[in-house]
Amino acid sequence: MSELLALHDLGKDYDTDAGPVSVLKHLTLGINEGEFVAIMGPSGSGKSTLMNILGCLDVPTSGSYVLDGRDVGVLGDVDLARVRSEVIGFVFQGFNLLPRATLVANVALPLVYQRIGRGIRNARAATMLERVGLKDWLNSLPPRISGGQQQRVAIARALVTEPRLILADEPTGNLDTRTGREIMQLFQRINHDSGMTMVVVTHDHNVASFASRLVYLLDGRIHYDGPVDDFREEGLA
Amino acid sequence: MILSLLGEALAAMAANRLRTFLTALGILIGVAAVVLMVAIGQGTQKQVGDSIASMGSNLLIVRSGAPNKGGVHGGSGNMPTLTVMDAQAIGQLARAALVAPTVMGSVQLVYGPNNWNTTATGTSADYLNIRSWQLAAGRGFTESEAMSGVRVALIGQEVANQLFGDDNPLGKSIRVQRTPFTVIGLLDAKGQSMGGQNQDDMIIVPLATAQRQLFGSQFQGTVSMVMIQARSPEDMSPLEKSIRELLRQRHHLGVRADDDFRITNMTEVSETASQVTGMLSILLGAIASISLFVGGIGIMNIMMVSVTERTREIGIRMAIGASRRDILLQFLLESVIITMAGGIAGIAVGIGLALGVTRVFDVWTAVTAMPVLLAFGVSVAVGIFFGLYPARKASLMRPIDALRYQG
Repeated sequence: MSELLALHDLGKDYDTDAGPVSVLKHLTLGINEGEFVAIMGPSGSGKSTLMNILGCLDVPTSGSYVLDGRDVGVLGDVDLARVRSEVIGFVFQGFNLLPRATLVANVALPLVYQRIGRGIRNARAATMLERVGLKDWLNSLPPRISGGQQQRVAIARALVTEPRLILADEPTGNLDTRTGREIMQLFQRINHDSGMTMVVVTHDHNVASFASRLVYLLDGRIHYDGPVDDFREEGLA
Repeated sequence: MILSLLGEALAAMAANRLRTFLTALGILIGVAAVVLMVAIGQGTQKQVGDSIASMGSNLLIVRSGAPNKGGVHGGSGNMPTLTVMDAQAIGQLARAALVAPTVMGSVQLVYGPNNWNTTATGTSADYLNIRSWQLAAGRGFTESEAMSGVRVALIGQEVANQLFGDDNPLGKSIRVQRTPFTVIGLLDAKGQSMGGQNQDDMIIVPLATAQRQLFGSQFQGTVSMVMIQARSPEDMSPLEKSIRELLRQRHHLGVRADDDFRITNMTEVSETASQVTGMLSILLGAIASISLFVGGIGIMNIMMVSVTERTREIGIRMAIGASRRDILLQFLLESVIITMAGGIAGIAVGIGLALGVTRVFDVWTAVTAMPVLLAFGVSVAVGIFFGLYPARKASLMRPIDALRYQG
């Protein structure tokens, strides 16, 4: 399998009032196409920062990040926006749907920024909503449906551009255990069926167990990188 | 590409209908005020221009009495120095086309049981030509009638209404200061003069008749005013000069003596008036522009609040692929659409108000294309100008900060 993304000796510093703080230190990591990776770590370990860099919402201070053959670290705002639009699909903890737009409009939104016409946009959005089991709710508004359903809409929105990489940041954080499990099963199924690469950030072992590979961060460094099952046997958590 | 962002802008506006409406209202009021005020200004300009034009074209008016220099002088015609002979001499000048010596006074009219107090103008036959005044019915008097003292009268529309109602006044005998006159003509309606008098409330009688039988002046043969029409606009200034020289000579005025008459060049009056009313238009427009400006600040205010309120939405849009330019364009489109809609509605309201003002308050208004297009253009410019800063602020947000924002 080919490598979809590669971090090499990557570092990220933030300027704070108490002086510069290194959040990520000399990170080297490669993820292949079709992998399902969970990123774990305690608070302050740098997993959110890593997520933002992987998602091209932030750029590294040092080192390189190559995504889909492009060195993302040197791209400007316009090119970063294009990479986010074409290569990445986001799923957030808080769903982040537009509350006043219908489900179809929400799911079709990423296509607006790919300059795709309204007819095609809505057709593709409807197909995607059907795939996540919401075909009876196309014209509902997000506040009228449950949290689990909202997260399905967010997943449909992430998938509608047919991205190379799905990034999920605590996707089950706002859901109860049972609904969370259903969402993770949906991720698993998509990964299994279409071979789409998944990276899920979580602090929950049960959530991480749906992935095949685990990266555990501690204090800005990779502490563990290997199969999920082996990690639990080591008993580090 | 603009098209799909337009959809997003419209959707965002539709989601906040009341706010969108209130913002547009600010622009609407501003544009309507500009359109209305400029319409009133231009209407006044046209009204003044028309009433000056209704005096007659290429018109010079000579009045008795010294020009007002320092000190207080009597009103026009108080010391009658102009005579019919003066008027005839002026008529001999090459550049003078028509001359009408005129006397005026208040008279009491009686017809049957009806009484009416009005102004009588005694003048020559050319008077109607100078003022380009047509007759609605009947005939005018001839030059020989004007000089012979026959008792005939032309009456204005208002006088006809007051004395005769719906009856035909032609050929009827009316009493003017107890002297019987025969009505031979009915004047066309002329409306208000520049001084605000109703020009339809008067009668015109032959000059000699007025002098001898109505006003019986102690100065025989004097007139209060002479109206002169020049042959062409170019003749106005030279003619004014020749008249001054002629009258000074005829009145035996020494080199040091002041004029004992005043000459008014109506073309100059008209130019001055149109300058003044033009300034009025600009002033009214400028005052109204302030409200348009305030409306623009309203837009900026609302858009600033909107950007803060929608920080998270901006973050979401950026995360799923919107570039800074997309965000900038969307917010800019929103403010431009709001101001454009407000502008169009404002033009409609402004024109409606202008028509209403004309109907209710009898103020002349004139709506021309230029100020309407200008107001519309300015409203769009206001949208861009005041929308740009908030839109830029939105587009410069860092997506991670925007996403983390807790509204």
